[in-house]
Amino acid sequence: MSEQLDESISRRRLIARRFFRNKSAVFGLIALSAIALLALIGPYLTPWSWDLAKENGIDFNAFVETEYGGGLTPPSFDDGHYFGTSQVGADVFAQTIRGLQKSLLIGLLVAVFSTGIAALVGATAGYLLGRTDRALMWLVDLLLVLPSFLILAILSRWYQSSGWLLLVFLLAAFNWMITARIVRSVSMSLRERDFIRAARYMGVPTRKIILRHLMPNMASLLIIDGTLNVGGAILSETGLSYLGFGVRPPDVSLGSLIAEGTASALTFPWLFMFSGGLLIMTVLSISLIGDGLRDAFDPGSKSGARK
Amino acid sequence: MNDQDPVLERFATWAGGVVKGDLGKTIYSESVNGEFGNRIWVSFRLLILGSILGAVLGVLFGVFSAVRQYGFFDRSFGISSFVILSTPVFLVAILLKFFAVYINEKIGFTLFYTVGLNTPELTGWDLFVNSLQHMILPTLSLALGGIAFYSRWQRNSMLDVLGSDHLRTARAKGLTKREALFKHGLRVAILPMATFFAYSFGLLIAGAAFTESIFGWYGMGEWFIKAVNSNDINSVSAIVLFTAVLVLFAGFLADVLTAALDPRVRMR
Repeated sequence: MSEQLDESISRRRLIARRFFRNKSAVFGLIALSAIALLALIGPYLTPWSWDLAKENGIDFNAFVETEYGGGLTPPSFDDGHYFGTSQVGADVFAQTIRGLQKSLLIGLLVAVFSTGIAALVGATAGYLLGRTDRALMWLVDLLLVLPSFLILAILSRWYQSSGWLLLVFLLAAFNWMITARIVRSVSMSLRERDFIRAARYMGVPTRKIILRHLMPNMASLLIIDGTLNVGGAILSETGLSYLGFGVRPPDVSLGSLIAEGTASALTFPWLFMFSGGLLIMTVLSISLIGDGLRDAFDPGSKSGARK
Repeated sequence: MNDQDPVLERFATWAGGVVKGDLGKTIYSESVNGEFGNRIWVSFRLLILGSILGAVLGVLFGVFSAVRQYGFFDRSFGISSFVILSTPVFLVAILLKFFAVYINEKIGFTLFYTVGLNTPELTGWDLFVNSLQHMILPTLSLALGGIAFYSRWQRNSMLDVLGSDHLRTARAKGLTKREALFKHGLRVAILPMATFFAYSFGLLIAGAAFTESIFGWYGMGEWFIKAVNSNDINSVSAIVLFTAVLVLFAGFLADVLTAALDPRVRMR
């Protein structure tokens, strides 16, 4: 037992060492940590905030100063509007932080759900095979050819009125299929391995085999996929929000902020520059981390390996 | 159409019309067919040019990166395609617009137009040049994503092929490096790209929605956004039908392309 423990620690160490030797992955990790930190402590850096506006009972233009100071002032540290102000005098820094929080949260949740669904469906199909497999793979193929963007946009009326959590589920529902296929093929080879066979012949129930024996053995695949999914989910969410099909106006996401800012992007670039820059940095660092993880877990793999 | 009849009945009415070639009326009581006919060519011009440009350039750059692996081009191109892949289409389009306005100011005349299909009241050669000037940015904003995407896959698949036996044999029988690469290497390495290309073509309509609305093109994508926002059900159905046909066609195209490129598939 103790030997096994040592081995697992050393494998973890090996992966960590490989990851930290990868410059771009480390860059991604640092950048993402900085962005996450900004999202967490941002609200404490400025007197204007979402929560404050909520307390004062202002619901719509939640970031507007109490005394109307006139809008469209450029970024400056003197008056405390680090990212400037918008047309209605809202503090762009407070808006951007709120949007960043929302986009990060949605991205994380979608990734967790979609990788979770992919793991469950893929492992079930790959382990049981037969009719279950055919039915599930039929579903996967069907969902793969559906243009998710169109469907989400059409459904937007419905999910916008019932809150952003529904958007998370829908985004996840259209995002898991390719991973599910990979998971299925991995499970198909795993199910013939001795330890799974032993478990099966000992009478361990199927559900338990899938959850306790199959899935932990695909952990690296799932971690990498989950990481990359965060970036993809943020891209889909901001895209929908940009067109007004995602997060609704009283609340903001990076996408809706960029949309608001682009109307006058040429004359007042600060309206969309910061949200746009943060969006690119976030997605970029997430994919750098994801690629770094893939190289660290599986140095032999070529799929997507850059360098 | 009213919302009192059961859904199936309404669908039957709509489908009956579609079979006879009538897509119904928009909420402004105009014919959907007419609108469809006007817009489809606008979109097709953008989609076909954008996707072909993206795929061809992407494949070429990918091959070049693979052949000069770890060279200056490979590294810098790898980083820039990574950045582009992390940038949503709408941001690419906006940044291109920014860039174009900056260039226009620098050179003193309008080289790139950022809104619309063409300037009205032009004819002949002027109209053609003017349309081209309008077209560069929207096409580029669609193509950039394609270039970044295809080049990464092409590079990986080319790297696999570069180390393969049959390429060494081709060199051994006396082909030059270039001949061996393009006749024997690229042909194998490009196979997975054919499928990607065909399917991404069907799904490009989403990308077109952003590009068209940002550059003020009245195409299918822009129509879709407008129709969803105004609950224009017949227009939305027509666009969804169009996308469905496009996806089916893309699947067919993928099969044909693969068969054309891969003799092993034809044998079966």
